[in-house]
Amino acid sequence: MISMLLGLLLAPLLTGVINRVKAFFAGRRGRPLFQLYWDLARLVRKHMVLSRTTTPVFLLGPALSLASLVTGLALVPLGGPALLFFPGDLLVLLGLLALVRFATVLAAMDTGSSFEGMGGSREVAIGALAEPGMFLALAVLVVQTRAVSLSEMWAHRSLDLWNSAGLVLALVGVALFLLLLSESCRIPVDDPNTHLELTMIHEVMVLDHSGPALAAVEYASSLKMWIGAALISSLLFPFHTGSAGLDLLAGVAVVFLVALAVGLVESTSARLSMLRVPQFVGLSSALSLLALFLVIR
Amino acid sequence: MLVSLLCLLPALAGLVAFWLPPGPRVRRLLPAVGAVHLLLSVLAWNDPPGGGWLGLDALGRVFLGITSLVFLAASVYAVSYLRDEPAGMQPDMGGEDPFSNAKESVFVGCLLLFLASMTLVCASRHLTLLWVAIEATTLASAPLIYFHRHRRSLEATWKYLLVCSVGIGLALLGNFLLVLAAARGASGGAEVLWLDGLAHGSELDPHWLRLAFILLVVGYGTKMGLVPLHTWLPDTHSEAPSVVSALLSGALLNCAFLGILRAVQICAGAGQATFAQHVLVGFGLLSMAVAALFLLNSRDTKRMLAYSSVEHMGILALGVGLGGGGVFFALFHALNHSLCKAAMFLVAGTFLSTFRTRLVARLGGAIHTLPIAGGVWVAGFVALSGTPPFGLFLSELGVLRAGLQVNPWIAAAFLASLATAFVGMARVVLTVALGPPVLVPPVRESWGKSLPPLALLALALMLGLSVPAWLAEGLRQAAALVGVS
Amino acid sequence: MTGTVDFLLVSMILANLWVLGSSRLPSCIRALAFQGVALGLLPFALYPGHITWDLVMLALISITLKAVVFPHLLKRALLEARVDPQVEPFVGHGVSLVVGVASLALSVALFRRHPLPIVPPSDLLMPVAVSTLLVGLFVLIARRKALTQALGYLVFENGIQAFGLGVLKHAPLMVELGILLDIFFAVFVMGITIFHIRRAFATLDTLEMAELRG
Repeated sequence: MISMLLGLLLAPLLTGVINRVKAFFAGRRGRPLFQLYWDLARLVRKHMVLSRTTTPVFLLGPALSLASLVTGLALVPLGGPALLFFPGDLLVLLGLLALVRFATVLAAMDTGSSFEGMGGSREVAIGALAEPGMFLALAVLVVQTRAVSLSEMWAHRSLDLWNSAGLVLALVGVALFLLLLSESCRIPVDDPNTHLELTMIHEVMVLDHSGPALAAVEYASSLKMWIGAALISSLLFPFHTGSAGLDLLAGVAVVFLVALAVGLVESTSARLSMLRVPQFVGLSSALSLLALFLVIR
Repeated sequence: MLVSLLCLLPALAGLVAFWLPPGPRVRRLLPAVGAVHLLLSVLAWNDPPGGGWLGLDALGRVFLGITSLVFLAASVYAVSYLRDEPAGMQPDMGGEDPFSNAKESVFVGCLLLFLASMTLVCASRHLTLLWVAIEATTLASAPLIYFHRHRRSLEATWKYLLVCSVGIGLALLGNFLLVLAAARGASGGAEVLWLDGLAHGSELDPHWLRLAFILLVVGYGTKMGLVPLHTWLPDTHSEAPSVVSALLSGALLNCAFLGILRAVQICAGAGQATFAQHVLVGFGLLSMAVAALFLLNSRDTKRMLAYSSVEHMGILALGVGLGGGGVFFALFHALNHSLCKAAMFLVAGTFLSTFRTRLVARLGGAIHTLPIAGGVWVAGFVALSGTPPFGLFLSELGVLRAGLQVNPWIAAAFLASLATAFVGMARVVLTVALGPPVLVPPVRESWGKSLPPLALLALALMLGLSVPAWLAEGLRQAAALVGVS
Repeated sequence: MTGTVDFLLVSMILANLWVLGSSRLPSCIRALAFQGVALGLLPFALYPGHITWDLVMLALISITLKAVVFPHLLKRALLEARVDPQVEPFVGHGVSLVVGVASLALSVALFRRHPLPIVPPSDLLMPVAVSTLLVGLFVLIARRKALTQALGYLVFENGIQAFGLGVLKHAPLMVELGILLDIFFAVFVMGITIFHIRRAFATLDTLEMAELRG
């Protein structure tokens, strides 16, 4: 319960951390850490401007994605079992993430603009590769722990798994990190600061949103990053120090370390050409397959 | 001791030749080393193989003798050849940009290193050393092919390098599979690679042994020119200088065949001789058939000779595969074929330097322009097609007899391929030799270029008329060593 | 020691995927060097109880050749030939990656079906060796430039040597040195030939070298 509340509260802070890291590498002071909070507060107070070509489906997009992500957050363990856990909850989580993608693309296509349609097609193309990659990465962990629930996976493992199966965990960790980069639309897959047609994927889909809808979209994307980072934290670095508070603190610390790593990667690499993005996402599948071989044999 | 000298002498001479300036001195190094090498081979003929890395057993002796003889003839020819080659740029026969030759010292040095590595193949007693030596022959001969520096020879060199290196790599894998086949035996496996260690052949796992044999045949077969691994052969033999082509056909293909024979030895020792023979018969018949078909369409003198080499390599494989007397006659055939093919290539080289073209369409009347070379050309064709009184008639008859004993259809396929090849070769040879002579400035035939092919062909004739007893005994011992019944 | 062995073998697999997926030649050469280092260290991880001075010297020579000398020769050929450093593939990089992973799957399945007569020190060694071999052959066939063909040949040889490691604890020193020397001269001669190819054909595209027929 507490981990879910922490997630809801601290998710926008992740974006702030990433932006601060990028600014540090660029030699600037950068935006304040809590900038996204002020942005959200500002956007909520504004009026929405709706295009006349849109239908109610347009507003369904942000609403559905926000709802799915909040529900998904309830499934992710962090420093303790999640609020909801049952056998197969990882499939439900993957399904909710797919629903988020579906809702966003639907809202983008609803605007009737070819610009957003292009973003939608790119997003779906990359998603077609990223979702199996996610399945494979989690499948490796399922085979390794023989558990089909995320919270069970967290509970039955401990850090000395790294001594015996460190290579497998490292491979899965890299695969999940690459998928995190692609799902939350970071460099080298997509640049969140760009407004050039050639290079946008996520940004272009949400161009027409304004006011509270835009606030919902921004908040939802930070929640997605939190979920991705929390998965890496609790599945690969399960701290069992005995005290629930300390576990939670350690888990949240790893989440922020993952955000730091994302910021590092963003600052030091260039965006891949659109033709190479499928290979990048395919690489995470290849690494997961490799880890699967090592676990199965 | 003698054997080590046999390998070291050409190697050292080759390294020295790289540093010598071009001129008569470096050219005369070739026949000098060739003569000493032949002398040493004769002296080492009766030395039994001791233990250790190097030694000449009955098979090694035969192939070493062939190599040494062909090298001596080719080296004598090479002296005149290098003398007559123009320095600087010369026009290309295809009408393309003019080209130049590589440095003479590089040519001579690589030729000597080539001899050294072939000697090492014949003398090595460890299968992986054999592998190292065969790969070394590829590397030593690659610069030789690129002596005439134009695009076609470069293409041939690259193809040769890659196809042979990859093929030979598969042979190394075959070596490792041999060790696997012996792994359950008492000694743990690695001892199977020593040729003296054939005593415990019965401990070899048949499944892995067969796989190893196939890989070894594919690997060394690439170097030998068995179809379908022969793709490098026509290009290389046609683009290389004729001295090099003569050595490739006359000596190198035989050394690769030696590698396959060592593999057959191991299979025979382990009771898998029948399987090995079936594989060899298959490759042999396929090589003969495909080569004969390509011979029908030859437009180029040296390519024709190259496909003829592929065909004769098929006969060698077939001979060993048929067993019985076939092995003896296959080894005899190797000797005869090397002599005749080397002579033919050297004469083709004389034609090329005189008429400046290899295309059959532009050649004719060679007998009038170059009487000696033209005569050797026609006589060599008569020999290669298996006509008495040359030695090839006896060896092909022997293989045919072995084929009739095993399966009349094999003999029928053998004869059909030979007939087709005869038709193809006859067209090229007779068109080039007879007919109205092509107009070229009058040329005098130098002895340096005429004597070696004449000598080689005379030897082939003598072998056809009567085989000396020591040679027959040597071949018999070698055939017995292969172990196939 | 299984951890170290697994790590080295996975490094070899990653190097294979790197060579298959990279679109720039210097990057492929770096992957080859990486694979050479992993292969050089493999005997120590596989047979920790049998370390002799011979083995150490051999490993040093092997690593120096594969990680320093061969990449240097190839890079020099690349520089002197002054070609565009793009890999020009017949088969695209995505499909190549799939082929690479499939070759590993195939090898694992193959060795499950046909168990070896000996127990190799790691059950991942033979599949990785065969997979590296197949990847080397694939790179040789599926790329246009002559330099990548030489690269593919070196990956192929790496695979064969890894196979040999699983079969023989250690071959006689002279033989191992002979093999390394052979490969060195092969790369040397190939490098020189590549330079000449660039000069004669103005490109390293092997499709252009198709004059000899019949």
